[in-house]
Amino acid sequence: MSLEPQIAMSPTPVAPSRRKWGRGLSATVGFVATVFLTFLGLLAITFFIGRVIPIDPVLAVVGDRASNEVYEAARVAMGLDQPLPVQFFHYVVNVFSGDLGQSVSTGRPVVEDLSRFFPATLEMATIGIIIGVALGVPLGVIAASRQGSVIDQIIRVVGLLGYSMPAFWLGLVGLALFYARLRWVGGPGRLDIFYDGLVEPVTGLLLVDSLIKGEFEIFWNAVHHLILPASVLGFFSLAYIARMTRSFMLDQLSQEFVTTARVKGVPERVVIWRHAFNPIRVPLITVIGLSYAGLLEGSVMIETVFSWPGIGNYLTTALLNADMNAVLGSTLVIGAVFIFINKISDVLYRVLDPRAR
Amino acid sequence: MAPMLEVKNLRVSFPTHRGRVEVVKGISFDLGRERLGIVGESGSGKSMTGRAILKLIRKPGLVTADRLAFEGVDILRQSEKQMRSIRGARISMVMQDPKFSLNPVMTVGEQIAEALVTHEKLPRREVNERILTMLEAVRINDPKRVAGLYPHEVSGGMGQRVMIAMMLIPGPELLIADEPTSALDVSVQAQVLDIIDDLVTTKGMGLILISHDLNLVSRYCDRILVMNSGTVVEECAAGELDSARHPYTRGLLAAMPTIDESRDELPVLDRSQWAGT
Amino acid sequence: MATRDWLLDDSPSSRWQANAGRAYRVFTALLRNPLSVVGGVIIIVLILTAILAPWLAPYSATGQDLANRLAPPSSLHWMGTDELGRDIFSRVIWGSQITLTIVLLVALISAPLGLLVGAVSGYFGGWTDRLLMGFTDIFLSMPKLILALAFVAALGPGINNAIIAIAITSWPAYARIARAETLTIRNAEFIAAVRLQGASPLRVIVQHVLPLCTSSMIIRVTLDMAGVILTAAGLGFIGLGAQPPLPEWGAMISRGRTFILDQWWVATMPGFAIIIVSLGFCFLGDGLRDVLDPKSEGK
Repeated sequence: MSLEPQIAMSPTPVAPSRRKWGRGLSATVGFVATVFLTFLGLLAITFFIGRVIPIDPVLAVVGDRASNEVYEAARVAMGLDQPLPVQFFHYVVNVFSGDLGQSVSTGRPVVEDLSRFFPATLEMATIGIIIGVALGVPLGVIAASRQGSVIDQIIRVVGLLGYSMPAFWLGLVGLALFYARLRWVGGPGRLDIFYDGLVEPVTGLLLVDSLIKGEFEIFWNAVHHLILPASVLGFFSLAYIARMTRSFMLDQLSQEFVTTARVKGVPERVVIWRHAFNPIRVPLITVIGLSYAGLLEGSVMIETVFSWPGIGNYLTTALLNADMNAVLGSTLVIGAVFIFINKISDVLYRVLDPRAR
Repeated sequence: MAPMLEVKNLRVSFPTHRGRVEVVKGISFDLGRERLGIVGESGSGKSMTGRAILKLIRKPGLVTADRLAFEGVDILRQSEKQMRSIRGARISMVMQDPKFSLNPVMTVGEQIAEALVTHEKLPRREVNERILTMLEAVRINDPKRVAGLYPHEVSGGMGQRVMIAMMLIPGPELLIADEPTSALDVSVQAQVLDIIDDLVTTKGMGLILISHDLNLVSRYCDRILVMNSGTVVEECAAGELDSARHPYTRGLLAAMPTIDESRDELPVLDRSQWAGT
Repeated sequence: MATRDWLLDDSPSSRWQANAGRAYRVFTALLRNPLSVVGGVIIIVLILTAILAPWLAPYSATGQDLANRLAPPSSLHWMGTDELGRDIFSRVIWGSQITLTIVLLVALISAPLGLLVGAVSGYFGGWTDRLLMGFTDIFLSMPKLILALAFVAALGPGINNAIIAIAITSWPAYARIARAETLTIRNAEFIAAVRLQGASPLRVIVQHVLPLCTSSMIIRVTLDMAGVILTAAGLGFIGLGAQPPLPEWGAMISRGRTFILDQWWVATMPGFAIIIVSLGFCFLGDGLRDVLDPKSEGK
């Protein structure tokens, strides 16, 4: 899993402007414009992948045994007889009107498939990020406040392991150990087979749905199944978040105002949490946002390992069946979520930091 | 009566690739309730001396001394916890640049309040009153408004006055001012120093003014230590600076321009004269 | 001792001596950092293993022995055997060739490409810059793995396409770095001097800008290699990368998935190889950064 931070640690202080409204408005317009442009770029890439790279996209749809008439009909139906810019225009219009095409393997519209599979991924990634933040931030703070100590070294190695361990491998090892050997957790899938389908989906999030319906047995079963894949994801975000927290904290602890706090006689615990940690909460939000987006990506591998009926599993199945509509649809959705979270944490940064206000 | 601060053979060293390097090489001085100036160029060890007194040199830095005592309390023997009740409450320090020495995400008022409540448990109202009084004491006209500002919203001179207010509010007996004006505009330097001088004198505190500016130190201090590469090369009363004997001090004095300057070129320090000492 | 003096000479008499001296200083600084030594050793072992695979591997990578299938680790088969009776240890050793090839090719394709885009963008500025960086940013804001998956899906499965897909998704980060470096160098006096001597933009970029970007590029590429290995293994695991019977580590884990509950070694062993090699690149990259770019410690 690659989570590469593209963040500036200290934003240039913006002079307080009197025309706050004008500035807010232009910032909003600018935000919408960049999101729109980036999304358009994303569409250009998926369009390129779907229509330009394959030597013959029609063949991919109709198969190589189709007759000439069928082939030609499909070609026209796909709009491939028109020049590329026109094709791209149609593609963009389709996407914005919610049409991602049909999935060859499920026979349903890709949009419908995606909305059915997305909640499972969301549930897993959310629990994952909660684990990652709850452990990663304190570990990073501890490592930084005891720089060079044994604890710091251990946290450093854990962090590097997060960069060098294949997620799917950790998932498999986890299954072998905690499911097969120790029986601590449930196996693959979201529920044991005999609970399947008992809860009517409301939000699609099993933990929420089962609680709404008061099905506590199902809730516990879902927790049993969720905890391992979510922990594996959590480990990777933990590694990344701890590493970034540590580096932010070291940066802060070397600042002069931390010395000021010590001169005042403030206890070390307060120095660390109030003076060094508070200023980094805002950049940490960006890191957590990136990490969350990264988990959606990482879930592709994890879902394959845990037969988790989410968007990642849908994507890999589509990949193996050369179901391009489904592949591009999933890419688009994951990419869009990724971009969106990226931009949102960017905005939060500017709103929350008093220096940038 | 024993002096307020006794320093004997103070040494500060840091490890490097080539072994430990001493930045303060055995300096000694005593301080009563007076104003002491420590002068030296950058790297002379004057700031490290100030920080060593507060025991702020962190590992891997190392501080040793035959004696380092404040009001008879051996500072080097104090635990971190004991040090915390000395820092701020009895000795405090004003640092160079308010742009960096004030916490950017806490308001001015919160930071001053923290200095006070760390040492005294007071009701909220009284804390607020004390902050406003203190801000007035450092000649801030509109203390209520300033208390609610973030450091980036105040000017350098105002920031430094806030810093002084913060450091004096618990009522310490000794104030170390480490280059308190070198990051400020020339126009506000005198103002800030006047405030420090005024408060220190009326409260009968001790002051260590660390600076590279010989002129300024001789104007605001009673006694002067001149430091060069980690050692004290000259110690004299501020008024007797003209009769200083050490070549380094003489060189520094000679390098200072006067208002009715007649020399075509200011002399450059000739380091070979004391390099052997 | 004489060589050392020559290397550490404060006033080198030739460009070659200056470069050699710098390399020597970096090298000795790396030796002082235990983790980067470990990283370097791991990578040297990887290279040696890949070269010496025919002599090191006790068995063939593809030779089947159905009588001996799924045998647990023993003195005969250090890492056990897989479902076709192939010796896993031998396959891991042969697999190092594939990993090394992937890593080298990705680095050789994406780093120069990113370097060039970034340098051109930073050097010319204006619309060239806006256009190239806009393009780069769109790539950067996309999840790498998903993008690589989509590319492989379009190109078709296979190790060559996997390499191309990974390279396509890796260059933008390098372009960003190269641009930032170029911007700081662009207005330097010596560039102006070179330009006054009549050097063409091409010559300025290739001869004077690019060499100065290399050290930050080397750090970044080394650190990224762990990610490249993981992505390649991921593609192999899903079945889009190296195809059987190639002993690619990710694909081997994928085969072992079926037996993970009872014959754990089939999937686990290749994983250790991936972790160790990736860690090696991380350690070395960290060490290189500390030496070449001490300011950005830990970031």
